[in-house]
Amino acid sequence: MSKLLEVRDLVQTYGTGEVATRVLRGLSLKLETGEMAALLGPSGSGKSTLLTILGTLMKPTSGSYEMLGQDMIAGDDATLTDFRNLHIGFVFQFHNLLPDFTALENVVFPTAIRAGHETPAARARARALLVRMGLADRIDFPTTNLSGGQKQRVAVARSLMNSPELVLADEPTGNLDRASAMQVMELIAEINHEEGTTFLISTHDEKIATLCRREIVVGDGVVTG
Amino acid sequence: MLYALKIAARYLTANKAQTTLLVVGVAVGVFIFIFMSALIGGLAEFIMLRTVGDISHITIEAETEDPALLISPEGHVLVVTERGRTRTATLAEAATWLPLIEAVPGVRAVSPQISGAGFLTRGAQVRQVSVTGVEPGRESMILDLSGYIGEGSARLSSGLIVLGRDLADDLALSLGQTLRVQSSNGVTSALTLSGIFETGNAVMDSARAFVSLSTARTLFAIPQGVTRIEIKLNDLNAADATALRIRALTGLDAVPWTDGAEQLMEALDAQAQTGYFLKTFALITIVIGVASALLLSTYRRRPEIGIMRAMGAPRSFVVFVFVTQGALIGLMGGLMGAALGYLALLPFPSRDAFEPGMLPMDITQGSYGLAITLTVGGAILASILPARSAARVDPVTAIGQ
Repeated sequence: MSKLLEVRDLVQTYGTGEVATRVLRGLSLKLETGEMAALLGPSGSGKSTLLTILGTLMKPTSGSYEMLGQDMIAGDDATLTDFRNLHIGFVFQFHNLLPDFTALENVVFPTAIRAGHETPAARARARALLVRMGLADRIDFPTTNLSGGQKQRVAVARSLMNSPELVLADEPTGNLDRASAMQVMELIAEINHEEGTTFLISTHDEKIATLCRREIVVGDGVVTG
Repeated sequence: MLYALKIAARYLTANKAQTTLLVVGVAVGVFIFIFMSALIGGLAEFIMLRTVGDISHITIEAETEDPALLISPEGHVLVVTERGRTRTATLAEAATWLPLIEAVPGVRAVSPQISGAGFLTRGAQVRQVSVTGVEPGRESMILDLSGYIGEGSARLSSGLIVLGRDLADDLALSLGQTLRVQSSNGVTSALTLSGIFETGNAVMDSARAFVSLSTARTLFAIPQGVTRIEIKLNDLNAADATALRIRALTGLDAVPWTDGAEQLMEALDAQAQTGYFLKTFALITIVIGVASALLLSTYRRRPEIGIMRAMGAPRSFVVFVFVTQGALIGLMGGLMGAALGYLALLPFPSRDAFEPGMLPMDITQGSYGLAITLTVGGAILASILPARSAARVDPVTAIGQ
């Protein structure tokens, strides 16, 4: 396995002066390609902040971040946006689908914004991903007509659309019942195994964490285990 | 950016009630714009028709020589003006320019005339009149004499006279009756009343008489030439430029109707300015309406914008989505407003058939293309602020909402 990303001495402080809150306190972490890691830790430990920084949605107060050999701190907004589109997928706790679009349209989105339109090839891939997620009969459904578990599976399909090297999942099962949660995790594990996509999954759930091959515990802004 | 267009269209169709209200709001603004354009334009047309529609747009008159000054031994100054000869001679030459003037672009009609003062006598009654001699066949080229004829005919030939209604009533004249006309030169002719016109203008109807050019020659002792040439244009707004052209072409002193009509021009200008103000306000209303609606939409869609940005949508993509929404709203509202405006103006009579008591709406001056263009432009302008605001949405904060 080769190195996918590495962060060193990440510090993230919110606010200034007396109200300044230091969430990350020199966190360092390395992820290899093809890993499926669970990110564990109590609320406020800095899990979500770490995922946000790794997803290039925010730059840390200090520290270094390198992914695929590129310096993620130095890049400007346009460069990071483009990088994110190609190399990073996201799955959020509340699925965060576009409500006025169908399941297929949501999945095809990351490719369509790059191509400028929905290419037939992109639609075919999106369709295949949805079938793989067990949503063959929901492809053209508006997302508002889907159940929570179905929505989350659409979100997983969307995160995989551009075949990213890294998928960041922030409590992907936190809003699902046990059965749906296990279904989503099994799909993630399957894709990780078959396609070698790296997953970093933030969770509070020990059972979910046991499905991952590595556990990273964050506490008080640093990796503790 | 076909995909951004799709997203924009989807956002608009996702909330049909809000979009419909917004488009209708824009359409009302455009409707007001078009209605005001047609009203202000029609009103100007109406005023122009009523004030200068029946007068010569360009007039060429013989230049009277400066009076000769005779200084008496006592130092008194006497003013002497030589009558007739010089004036006649000048326009006798000018008459040769008639074909040239008729060939000037924009000239609709040319009417050589002899005019002067005279007295109408019937029995013991005497009335002072302004007598105009026009060429038979050209009676209605400047003043629409045929259109104003109430009785008889406008057709003039030797020995016939056409009078205004008030004058005919004043002298208790009816068609076919004979009256005597004495010119300021002292020449008297007996003429038969062949037509009575009624323009609605008291001065015209009570003090104007029309005779044939040959009759006028006799009355005013002008054996050849004319005293004035009246010219009608296709577009009376082109009078200044055409007068200059005729002047350059012929050397004659061609005077446009706008000379001495400053007050009318000022009034029309003020009216046009009022129209511009009202139309500008309508446009501002559209811009504010679109901007506020899109700002609201931006706020409502912040989480979605955050998702798009997280998925790798560049800021320019987000800007394009919202600007396209503005453009689509402007286009739909503009087209709807223009169509409504056109339909609302259809029942009004055309500019050639304006009637007193009705709003002089001119459907041809609705400025439909301009209204649509300005609306789309205004809507795009209005959407820039919300679009920029959307592009600045922080995905981390927005997704967390």
